[in-house]
Amino acid sequence: MSSIAFPRPPEDTAAVIALRTEFRAFLDKELAGRSPRARSDNWYGFDRGFSRAMGQAGYLGMTWSKQYGGHERSAYERYVVVEETLAAGAPVGAHWIADRQSGPSIIKFGTEEQKELLLPGIAAGELAFCIGMSEPDSGSDLAATRTRAVRDGGNYRVTGTKVWTSFAHEADWVILFCRTGSGGPTDRQQGTSQLLVDLKNTPGLTIKPIIDLAGQHHFNEMHFEDAIVPANMLLGEEGNGWNQVMSELAFERSGPERFLSSIELLYQVIEALKGIDSDAAQITLGRVTARLAVLRRLSRSVTAMLQSGQDAALQAAIVKDVGAVFEQAMPDIARELIDAEPGPIAASAYASVLANITLNAPSWSLRGGTREILRGIIARGLGTR
Amino acid sequence: MLADMIERLLERHLDDSAQARARGGEWLPELWAKFEEMGLPLALLSEEQGGFGLDPADQGEALRLLGRHAVPLPVAETMGANRLLAAAGLPLAEGAAGLARADALTLNEGRLTGRVARIAWGDKLDCLALAVGDRLYRVPRSGWTVAEAGLALNFQPRPTLQIDWTADVSAPLPHCPLAEGSTLRAFQIAGALEAALDMTLEHTGTRVQFGKPLSKFQAVQHELAKLAGELACATAAADLAAEALARCDLLGVAAGSLRAREAAGSGASIATQMHGAIGFTREHRLQLFTTSLWTWRDEFGGQVSWAKLLGQAALDAGGTGYWPMVTAL
Ligand SMILES: Cc1cc2nc3c(=O)[nH]c(=O)nc-3n(C[C@H](O)[C@H](O)[C@H](O)COP(=O)(O)OP(=O)(O)OC[C@H]3O[C@@H](n4cnc5c(N)ncnc54)[C@H](O)[C@@H]3O)c2cc1C
Repeated sequence: MSSIAFPRPPEDTAAVIALRTEFRAFLDKELAGRSPRARSDNWYGFDRGFSRAMGQAGYLGMTWSKQYGGHERSAYERYVVVEETLAAGAPVGAHWIADRQSGPSIIKFGTEEQKELLLPGIAAGELAFCIGMSEPDSGSDLAATRTRAVRDGGNYRVTGTKVWTSFAHEADWVILFCRTGSGGPTDRQQGTSQLLVDLKNTPGLTIKPIIDLAGQHHFNEMHFEDAIVPANMLLGEEGNGWNQVMSELAFERSGPERFLSSIELLYQVIEALKGIDSDAAQITLGRVTARLAVLRRLSRSVTAMLQSGQDAALQAAIVKDVGAVFEQAMPDIARELIDAEPGPIAASAYASVLANITLNAPSWSLRGGTREILRGIIARGLGTR
Repeated sequence: MLADMIERLLERHLDDSAQARARGGEWLPELWAKFEEMGLPLALLSEEQGGFGLDPADQGEALRLLGRHAVPLPVAETMGANRLLAAAGLPLAEGAAGLARADALTLNEGRLTGRVARIAWGDKLDCLALAVGDRLYRVPRSGWTVAEAGLALNFQPRPTLQIDWTADVSAPLPHCPLAEGSTLRAFQIAGALEAALDMTLEHTGTRVQFGKPLSKFQAVQHELAKLAGELACATAAADLAAEALARCDLLGVAAGSLRAREAAGSGASIATQMHGAIGFTREHRLQLFTTSLWTWRDEFGGQVSWAKLLGQAALDAGGTGYWPMVTAL
């Protein structure tokens, strides 16, 4: 049978239900007074104070071993915390990448020294990470990476340019994907490695802003000019970068963030329609809610797979693909129900949220692997390539 | 186990000629007898109720198989009617059964009369499980005549029945037949989409144009990926509906039903497009699935009524109550 199996989602045990309740109360307190417009930033919000509070309360590094500051909870408990954080529109940027993918990569591939140096800080909400994969000539085709690291005694010397690096200007560390082999045709994937680079203490590294079309400074260009990275900051093995980066992307693609980016707009639509007797509103909201409920179920199935140690890369690609279509449809769905002129300065909470979501939605089917690349992955999973 | 048995039975007893006869409105008595022999009509009942006590995953698998093979008999309906009858403590069906909400019926001095529209294979059934208000009636075959012929998009009979019956068997309604039926249909839709994806993979993998199999073209691959996404959604939607039905949560049934129905339409359209003209013929097996998908997505409550139910609940929850409502589905 060709279909890609999704297992039953994990049970909502009493412990999970209690966690959800307790965490909702935490968010109510931490986010009191946060405006709808700010909540609609979703994971583009960056707030060290909030991330530290998350860390102190035990909501980061949830599945990691206590030895490294983790809390040894289940993948599903972490899922619950992540989806509640996003559904509440919390500013997660200062811990998001580290908690989701950098930390797990370090656990999987890092040395003892690296684990002790970095994991407790991530779990405490103190250390922010970013992702150094894309380059000017290497986007979807990640194996075309050119940034080069050359071994020089106890160091690597790094030269090259990374782009679209979210939060490089705020974060503490980047996991840099780079070329360590000769770069010959047989070496495209094998000749790559990952380095842990300290953004605040690396001579030869400059970070320049790239302003996005919403007018915000959230991603950057990172320029490495003979930058020095200690050799003990090699993550995993030299030459194993491609496999490691694929594993990192599996963490990146698996979560509920892939369909909740426009959830604040949905809340605002519902608020704006309250008390209005409209068949169109009922029908549309019914259909949207059905899509959302089913995406949530699929995403929880992916968590069940992660929890039992299965490879969920394909299932995650499906959730991200279907999820991006869902979240990107929201502005048009809203516009079919409510008249308003959206703008960065607008007349209502609804209109300013609509503005923010409209401006940011195009990025959701690009970041973390484009729609076209994901569909290629799914097609391969169906055996067509 | 049960799934293997169903699969083997269908391989042996449901070939294309049987499908063609059913499409002409012909009842397939041998196939029905085989299903009964196997006990399938009781598959949704607990052991105490005289069923197999299957776990929900196996129940779902059995129902999906009915869709995967486009079984042209009211097996799912009979399974659902029996679940309702058993839950109400009424006698089970002794043959095929139908289920419906029938609020237009009137009860006068113990006689139940009126029309019930579009019952699958309505003249071949042993009994009907009809909900009128908050009661469930078990109407035997002697209690109705066919008032009007009707056909579904898959060309199977959907007659309208004239009920006239001394209502001596009824009980408080355990759950709504529309929710029951819509959940069954969601599983059948998921099953038919499995078949549609398999056939589309097979077709695009073997049909050669421009010197290579269609599935080597990226545009085709992306459509296949979308179809796999719709299948994943339909399967999850059916499970979601079934879990909600078990806790009598109409909103969850609505959510699962709506998403499965949406997938029925988009999935059928991708599958047909990827087959080209051959998929638009009566001869090709794909039409068994596409026409059934288009049939099942509008039965047991329309798209609009289910959507309004869920949408109104969202409006009632309001912006702040919406997310907790979603996580409870
Ligand atoms: C908001 C945002 C944040 C980001 N943050 C980060 C970050 O923190 N770190 C980081 O490393 N990167 C980041 N990225 C970069 C992101 O990973 C890339 O944008 C993405 O991988 C696509 O690369 P590209 O933009 O170069 O597009 P290209 O690869 O040039 O693609 C352009 C178009 O062509 C299509 N295309 C490309 N190849 C194929 C093919 N083989 N078949 C069919 N179609 C194809 C693509 O799908 C796309 O539609 C971010 C991007 C965005 C938008």
